Amino acid sequence: MLMAAVTALLFGPLLTGLVVYLLPSRRLRDIGPVVLAIGLLGPLWHLGTEVVGAGPLVLALGGHFAPLGIELHVDGLALAMLWLTGIVALAVNVYVSASLPVDAHFPATGFRALWLILWSGLNALFMAADLFNIYVMLELTALAAVSLVVVSRGPEAVSAATRYFLFALAGSLFYLLGVALVYGQTGLLSLRVLETSSWGGPVSLLALGLMTGGLAMKAALFPVHAWLPRAHAVAPSAASAALSALVAMAGAYLIIRLWLGPFAGHWPQALAQGMAALGTAGIVYGSIQALRQSRLKLVIAYSTVAQLGYLLLIFPIASLLAWQGVVYHALSHGLAKAAFFLAAGNIIHLLGNDRLTSLSRRDHRLAGSVMVMALSGISLSGLPPSGGFLGKWWLINAALESGQWWWALAAAAGGLLAAAYVFRVLRHALAEPHPDAARDAPIADNLPRRMFWPPMLLALGAVALGFAGQLLSPVIRIGLPTGVGG
Amino acid sequence: MSLYAAMPLWVVLSSMLASVIIFALGEDRRRMRTFINLAAAVIKLILVGIMLAGVARGDQFGVRFALAPGLEFALHADSLTMLLITLSAILWLVTTIYAIGYLEDSPNRARFFGFFSLCVAATMGVASAANLFTFFIFYELLTLSTWPLVVHRGTPKAMRAGSKYLAYTLSGGTVLLIGIIGLHVIAGPLDFVHGGFVTADMAPRSVLVALFVLMLAGTGVKAAFFPLHSWLPAAMVAPAPVSALLHAVAVVKVGIFGVARLVFDVYGLELTAALGMDHLLAGIAAFTILYGSVRALGAVNIKQRLAWSTVSQVSYIGLGIGIGGPLAIVGGLAHLVHQGLMKITLFFCAGNLSEIHEVKNVDQMDGIGWRMPWTMGAFTFAALGMIGVPPIAGFITKWYLGLGGATTGAWWVIGVLVASTLLNAAYFLPMLRRAWFVAPAGGHTDRREAPPSLLVPALVTVLLAVGSGFLAGMPMSPLQWVMLISERFLQ
Repeated sequence: MLMAAVTALLFGPLLTGLVVYLLPSRRLRDIGPVVLAIGLLGPLWHLGTEVVGAGPLVLALGGHFAPLGIELHVDGLALAMLWLTGIVALAVNVYVSASLPVDAHFPATGFRALWLILWSGLNALFMAADLFNIYVMLELTALAAVSLVVVSRGPEAVSAATRYFLFALAGSLFYLLGVALVYGQTGLLSLRVLETSSWGGPVSLLALGLMTGGLAMKAALFPVHAWLPRAHAVAPSAASAALSALVAMAGAYLIIRLWLGPFAGHWPQALAQGMAALGTAGIVYGSIQALRQSRLKLVIAYSTVAQLGYLLLIFPIASLLAWQGVVYHALSHGLAKAAFFLAAGNIIHLLGNDRLTSLSRRDHRLAGSVMVMALSGISLSGLPPSGGFLGKWWLINAALESGQWWWALAAAAGGLLAAAYVFRVLRHALAEPHPDAARDAPIADNLPRRMFWPPMLLALGAVALGFAGQLLSPVIRIGLPTGVGG
Repeated sequence: MSLYAAMPLWVVLSSMLASVIIFALGEDRRRMRTFINLAAAVIKLILVGIMLAGVARGDQFGVRFALAPGLEFALHADSLTMLLITLSAILWLVTTIYAIGYLEDSPNRARFFGFFSLCVAATMGVASAANLFTFFIFYELLTLSTWPLVVHRGTPKAMRAGSKYLAYTLSGGTVLLIGIIGLHVIAGPLDFVHGGFVTADMAPRSVLVALFVLMLAGTGVKAAFFPLHSWLPAAMVAPAPVSALLHAVAVVKVGIFGVARLVFDVYGLELTAALGMDHLLAGIAAFTILYGSVRALGAVNIKQRLAWSTVSQVSYIGLGIGIGGPLAIVGGLAHLVHQGLMKITLFFCAGNLSEIHEVKNVDQMDGIGWRMPWTMGAFTFAALGMIGVPPIAGFITKWYLGLGGATTGAWWVIGVLVASTLLNAAYFLPMLRRAWFVAPAGGHTDRREAPPSLLVPALVTVLLAVGSGFLAGMPMSPLQWVMLISERFLQ
């Protein structure tokens, strides 16, 4: 039963990507992924009850456990990320089912296939339990993600995607080098086995450095973020949502897994302080860049660069509270950022452009999307009541508890900076019409309900996370890595 | 948890629900929106009335559930809660009526009234929060819900004022957050306790002082303490009903209410005094009182003058808390209500002046008293009350503050009060002189009073202001209620 659930998550989207081609009508092809997304909530639920009931799961494909077979691993963190993927995917699928048919020039088939491959890849990545398997899944997701950027066509997309591709390629290379070093020294690939075996030394530090660098390129962590803003801004909004909420986060997720799992105790505290300093630099840089953009999707994309920085604050603190804070941050960022991008997609759908000045049109059809941006912006800024607030509270609490008040300041200041760029967007929406706002006539008359509700519900979900801490914090503590006291 | 005991939750939810419904209704359902607005305001007033009677009887109200391990969302109703909640419930009803009249036919009313209700919900939440965590949630919600009201007109000036408002309040909120979490680390649970839950042995003195200062600064932004005040005069670009609400019950009151909670229920009067923080608070408040009054003298725009007056007047409350001692606290807390009633009247009247006769500056007020006698009558009584002319509400405040200063040996307080009274007179009396005793310029003598929806709220609030002065000795008057509070705190 369990294996069936996992198989469905791994191969369901992939198979649907193939089957959807065979469906006779366009309408069915649009609905197919939605049905799948709803259907996959079942396996997710089953997996959830198993993990909550019996603790972290280790599954072996074909019954061969490590070091011989391929293992999959679902602990509280993986479960949380799988659920996040499932929910964002559901929203994206519903959204796409209405937005793709609207745009006659859009290569809908290509988009759908790539997105379904990406979805499978993400599920696999979050469950992957050995270094090589992670490499394979990284490649798969990167290829799909890069193609999703280029699918919107145009020279701008091609150049953004090329840059993304080069970064992803370099990232994979660095990562693979690191894996080779680990394998050369220990002969092991399984995260679980590595975590419990005694190894270390300068080689492990070098390997960690290479792998972290490689993953940072994929996650677009500052200072190797340069590909992200343009790629996420030119991609179709539904793809941007998945890329920012899930794909970039997946890179950071793996860094956290490596540092706190197999490499726990291998790194000196100074290195951890350095990582957090890089994270803080990313928060400041990303936010300042977000403040300087005149296009909505670029603001949101730079916001992702900033928000990813928080995740690195966990390393110098490395406590249970910090773990909760960071995981919660990842979850609420995922919901809020996906909502934000989909709302931006709605604005583009209505107005044909995403200039901030266009938001000042006195147009009541924009109100719902502005509300979505406000709600998700509250969570991104860590303002109550929202998941972002709870995550920030835990992070600051953890920093103060460990006596490292400067990281508390970093997290707090990051929230203020986020509020600055979020409210800059909202300012445009509430201000008197800008002279430029009337330049282009709206291109669509109305917003289909299937495009309005997914971002709205995601944004409300980000807010609702702020009320779910009691429920979720035990879950994200299941199977803690050794680095935070597991 | 019975439905009755959970009353604070219903009070908060009644306006929150109204807000959601108003947003969902959209712009065009005008009659329905008006109905929801008024119904929610009346229902809330009834709920608060029931709760007030209950608290007076000694009933316990409270509702709590965990949002996260060790972090509880908790509401309760103590006597201090009721002070702010009752004031807000009454003034919300009159301000809603005023706002409906004021914004007739202007755009974006759904947005306005949605956030208007949300803002009141946040105020109610701050008042009934039972711990610092819950307090903070509503404190920030208030910032978020008032911003759209401040920038409602959308003009460049309004947008700038709004950004200033956000920059101050969100920074203040962040400072407050660090203070609260710091306190959580050293003290654990954050539940308000009469007499304070922080003890001197929890942390070194310097840490306790630092956390107090952080939280005082965080709440002081909204209370408009010098030098954190300059958002308030800028925010007067908001529509008159918003200014009225901001200055009387919502933002500044929530700030000073936070200071009161910090001193009474977090650190406790004793520890506050032991750390020397009472002097800090009283000093800041005294300086702000004088500074705000001096700046009010120089303001030409009526609303701006009123805004500076608020900066000054709200600090009376801080002064009372800072001096400590039963009489000063009574004076300070009574002013929370008295200032609210008087200042809301003044803003209603200022709104009427500009709506009906385009009178926006002090030098345009010549002869306006005879052209709109009811409005200016209300204005006159409220202004005299602010100066402290007996027996209007403001006098009661100053009397008790002065007594409180004298009995605790802080004679300088009387000096501050005298100076401030003279300054109040210096900026209010010229307005009254122009209104009643100077002939209107340019022969404008047409007599045109504001329509009932704008006039009646002003008359109601001025009657309440005069009444709470005249009838200060009656049971359930604001003064008697704060005496009850101070007894409970000083047990």
